[in-house]
Amino acid sequence: MEKSIDLASIKMLNKAAAENINTAWQRFDQQQPQCGFGLLGICCRNCNMGPCRIDPFGGEPQAGVCGANADTIAARNLLRMIAAGASAHSDHGRDIVETLHAVARGGSSDYQIKDQNKLQALASELGIPWEGRSPEDVAGDLADMALDEFGCRKNTLAFLQRAPQKRQDIWAKLGINPRGIDREVVESLHRTHMGVDADYVSLILHGLRTSLSDGWGGSMWATEFSDILFGTPQPIKGMSNLGVLKEDQVNIVVHGHEPTLSDIIVYAAREPELLEKARAAGAQGINICGMCCTGNEILMRHGVPVAGNFLQQELALITGAVEAMVVDVQCIMPSLSQVAACYHTKLVTTSPKARIAGSEYVPFDEHHALQTARDIISIAIDNYPRRRPEKVQIPAETMEYMAGFSAEAIIAALGGTLDPLLGAVKDGAIRGIVGIVGCNNPKIQQDNGHVTLTKKLIANNILVVQTGCAAIACAKAGLLRPEAATLAGPGLRPVCEALGIPPVLHMGSCVDISRILVVASALANALSVDIPDLPLAAAAPEWMSEKAVSIGAYAVGSGIFTVLGTVPPVLGSKNLTALLTEGANGVVGAAFAVEENPEAAGDLIIKHIEGKRQSLGLA
Amino acid sequence: MVVLKEVFVRQERCLGCKSCELACAVAHSRSESLFASLGESPTPRKRIYTDYWQGRNFIINCRHCEEPLCARVCPTQAMSKDPASGKVVQADERCIGCGMCQLACPFGVISRYLESKKTVKCDGCPDREVPACVKACPTQALLYVDSEVLMQGKRQALAQQLLDQGSAV
Repeated sequence: MEKSIDLASIKMLNKAAAENINTAWQRFDQQQPQCGFGLLGICCRNCNMGPCRIDPFGGEPQAGVCGANADTIAARNLLRMIAAGASAHSDHGRDIVETLHAVARGGSSDYQIKDQNKLQALASELGIPWEGRSPEDVAGDLADMALDEFGCRKNTLAFLQRAPQKRQDIWAKLGINPRGIDREVVESLHRTHMGVDADYVSLILHGLRTSLSDGWGGSMWATEFSDILFGTPQPIKGMSNLGVLKEDQVNIVVHGHEPTLSDIIVYAAREPELLEKARAAGAQGINICGMCCTGNEILMRHGVPVAGNFLQQELALITGAVEAMVVDVQCIMPSLSQVAACYHTKLVTTSPKARIAGSEYVPFDEHHALQTARDIISIAIDNYPRRRPEKVQIPAETMEYMAGFSAEAIIAALGGTLDPLLGAVKDGAIRGIVGIVGCNNPKIQQDNGHVTLTKKLIANNILVVQTGCAAIACAKAGLLRPEAATLAGPGLRPVCEALGIPPVLHMGSCVDISRILVVASALANALSVDIPDLPLAAAAPEWMSEKAVSIGAYAVGSGIFTVLGTVPPVLGSKNLTALLTEGANGVVGAAFAVEENPEAAGDLIIKHIEGKRQSLGLA
Repeated sequence: MVVLKEVFVRQERCLGCKSCELACAVAHSRSESLFASLGESPTPRKRIYTDYWQGRNFIINCRHCEEPLCARVCPTQAMSKDPASGKVVQADERCIGCGMCQLACPFGVISRYLESKKTVKCDGCPDREVPACVKACPTQALLYVDSEVLMQGKRQALAQQLLDQGSAV
């Protein structure tokens, strides 16, 4: 079996093999077989009496030195994964909040408030007066409010009120409504410290609380403020896959997660002085391409070409045509500096939080954003003459996408209200809505999990919304084009064709899963039901990161059935596995399922959606 | 002459991770899959042992002796040396679980298995090119080699040591 269903990836893997360069796939093979205790979640390194392991086959030992059994150890490990994932999203959120704060309070002139409508709408929603005030003044109050939510003394988060009342009541009853964005992750680390929380149910409940502080807190602030600063996405077209790299231009790939630097690089690359400098270096222009979620941020707002998803980051460099790969935070493989060293490529790190040996470090801060962007582009231009043509091979594969489906854009596409969508769901033309999100993982043939599941669901009249690397996979497979409506079932197809939209809606980066929560809540509120009553589901067919664990947890905590395509490290505890896959239904109205085969995952989801329709009395 | 490979242990490389034990149990489960084997009955059992004694890790496995005492004492002839593979194997259908082999084994690598009422021991993974324990070892503490090759390597290492010390004439 090929390692990817993407021909561009396969071509670059062949080039890598010919040039004796290792990628994640070879390193994955070298890791086989992977540690069974790790795979099952039953090793504990939380104190120095250990490390301890539990015999998964019932023999001795059944407890660590402190007495923690498999349930405690696996639940503690999962909680730590959730805490790390929530931290990554929420710290990204903090960076965006601080940028808006700097704009509002006069510290940064390089960014503006681009979407005043959204600023006003958010201020009204959160009870901040805006009439007769300057946008900066209002933004300042909003940013102060958001900053307060990180270390919160109010013991609640503002956006929880967006959830249906029934959902809020369940959270309150369980005592899992998040009290502060930073607080819950700190408490997670406290609880998992040696000798604190040993009850797996209690640990997992706090895991839900921590993840909710991400989905309805850090991530949601990141999305809302990114829209205010960089514009709320509207439907837009662009190109995807490695073929977007240009043989005769200075290629800069921006990779990572945050929009602050990438957005201003897109802006700076249009400056005449830099274009002239590029021409003087012998290039026809400056080609900015995205990768992973930084790519998603700028494609959603500017239609910037996206070179690929997570497992293509090394492959982009292997084209030999990248002058600079500019990275910020998250999902950046440390291997990039070694792969870059095989070519003329410069790896430019920009965040003090994410340094990589062998890279060129150009620290970015929002107060000197434009100058930093210019400096970075200049590094790439200066590097262009060092490109070695004999090492350049850009695969021809490209595919058009239509993206930009923020919640606001979806409502606008529907004519200003969710009613047409509700109507289509009610009359059964659309059976339900499924969010497919998450990463690539060499445990799954690249993109096959995303694309196979997506195709199956749209063929069965299920509208698919996506973010992250899942969306890039489907962009490359052509599923984000309005023409892909021909692959949709007879109910979904005419809806897409009437609106001119694809059957798969790209909603943004991984923090933008908050947009899916907002849409799910709006649908539930419109029908006066709770989220778990709706014909909805979520899937992460190729997930690998701790952020995905947090996302899965807040999806389930918000009442959305979630199917994972790779096995989470919990099977070493039968009790924990049963809690996550069955017991949670009785607590939060939703649970996890694990299914590695995307066809079978599709069957699970269709069955779930039809069951929910039946309960609602829908045909 | 058929060259028979054996599992050799380089004790100094063992980190005590027990990956060999897990892989052994999974290889002898019905599904041969870590995740699927967890719920199986009878419970999959390991046949290799990572032990800890006086501050050191030791991996102890069946040596597949040329004159196996376990086979000599077995009252039902369940245990025998297979001349073709060179392995000491147990015919489960003959084993009555008496444990005589356990008494006789000088290495302590035969276990009584209450669920199946048999004893269990290393079968050398007859259906695998490389035994599961060797494949699982992340530090190559376990080697699957022809004993002559291993001995030759040891002789060469000794020769090199003598050269380095200047004691070779």
